[in-house]
Amino acid sequence: MRRVVITGAGTINPLGHSVASTFEAMREGRCGIGPLDIRDVERLSIKIGGQVKNYAPDDRFNRQQQALYDRFTQFTMIAAKEAIEQSGLEFAGALAAEAGVVLGTSGGGLTTQDENYRAVYEEGKNRVHPFIVPKLMNNAAASHVSMTWNLKGPSFTVATACASSNHAMGQAFWLVRNGAARAMITGGSESMLCFGGVKAWEGLRVMSRDACRPFSANRNGMVQGEGAGVFVFEDYEHAKARGADILCEVVGFSMTSDAADIVMPSQQGAARAMSGALRDAGINASDVAYINAHGTGTAANDKTECAAVANVFGTHADSVMISSTKSMHGHLIGGTGAVELLAVVMALKDGVIAPTIGYQEPDPECALDVVPNEARDADVTYALSNAFAFGGLNAVLALKKV
Amino acid sequence: MAESVRDRVVRIVAEQALLEPSDIAMDQTLEDLSLDSMALVEAIFAIEEEFDISVPFNANEPDKSAFDISSVASIVAAVEALVAEQSS
Repeated sequence: MRRVVITGAGTINPLGHSVASTFEAMREGRCGIGPLDIRDVERLSIKIGGQVKNYAPDDRFNRQQQALYDRFTQFTMIAAKEAIEQSGLEFAGALAAEAGVVLGTSGGGLTTQDENYRAVYEEGKNRVHPFIVPKLMNNAAASHVSMTWNLKGPSFTVATACASSNHAMGQAFWLVRNGAARAMITGGSESMLCFGGVKAWEGLRVMSRDACRPFSANRNGMVQGEGAGVFVFEDYEHAKARGADILCEVVGFSMTSDAADIVMPSQQGAARAMSGALRDAGINASDVAYINAHGTGTAANDKTECAAVANVFGTHADSVMISSTKSMHGHLIGGTGAVELLAVVMALKDGVIAPTIGYQEPDPECALDVVPNEARDADVTYALSNAFAFGGLNAVLALKKV
Repeated sequence: MAESVRDRVVRIVAEQALLEPSDIAMDQTLEDLSLDSMALVEAIFAIEEEFDISVPFNANEPDKSAFDISSVASIVAAVEALVAEQSS
């Protein structure tokens, strides 16, 4: 088996338009959640979200590109460019054939669907733009990354709701580890902050109207965000041979299914995913110093996740740090694991633990060190990143400092 | 005679519980009726549609909600209050 390292990272999310600005916001515990600025917001009862701000598509993409790039694809392309440029890789010849792209998304081109349903149903138009299908399809982002950077190996899109990015990155990890690819572009993207997207979530009655406060006793739900995170996963020997800068190593991955309920999480399913990632990495629970939590800020997730951590980590659960950066950028659904992996990279590379902001009251059912409100300096060798999706699909990654 | 608020709420609750309206007692709790959180949000949605009202309910903090779901009777009372309040 080959070792797998991360040699590039890129992002655009509610905290910043680059990895450096996102790290800075996470270090400072800044909140990227605010009033939603979208069409028909007055008809929504949930009026907040983690929107990507100060973003003008015209600054990044020409008219032809915009005709084909839904907002989730635009975010992906921006993040992929930053990640691939950082890695220094150029995909030509044999390397191009041995490199691919696996991305996670849940809604894909939902904004494009929303706009065009509005055109035909509400405005009564009988004609839509010819590129709606290639623009809205879930694999559009993966395909455009493949086309733009000449990636000719295995490429596909993974859709497992809130765990999409972690499942995608797990596939990329395994493809490089078993030698099926030399390098993989991976991560995920989401852009559901349109009228129809938010309206659908309102119906579940799990959204907060004021803030995302994971693990805090007065938490009252999740807040949706948008954006993308993209990484370059590379064969360690390949990276070393070309003298690449290595951000950290991916050492383990596990996926489990609750096989129980379509929305309620399971402590056992979450615990099995965490133990599976430790086993795949060949490490003990006591080796892990930081867990990036799924931490949605709902009553159901947070207490189930904390119980699962207590179950897997035993007495070490009291000394492990666990934080949810959703408090800052919101829940990016299919893209969330990718943006949250940035917090893991920051912990391993810079020794800074991103905080859980908005934490106001301890909850006896979440009695762990949730790194409340302020970032912390800590030397971390191993970290986990959790994602537990609706439908009971769980995916956990294990990473190591290099 | 038009169906009362009580009968309409009971009909909605009975449908979620897979029971006949005549099998529903006013002092029963959602637990007695084996209604889980998903059945509850579906019932609230059906109530909003039936009465054209907006029900303040967040599944993360059911106890803090002004909408009392402790029994069938409390739900009927809450709906009656909302209908009076929101139709005025």
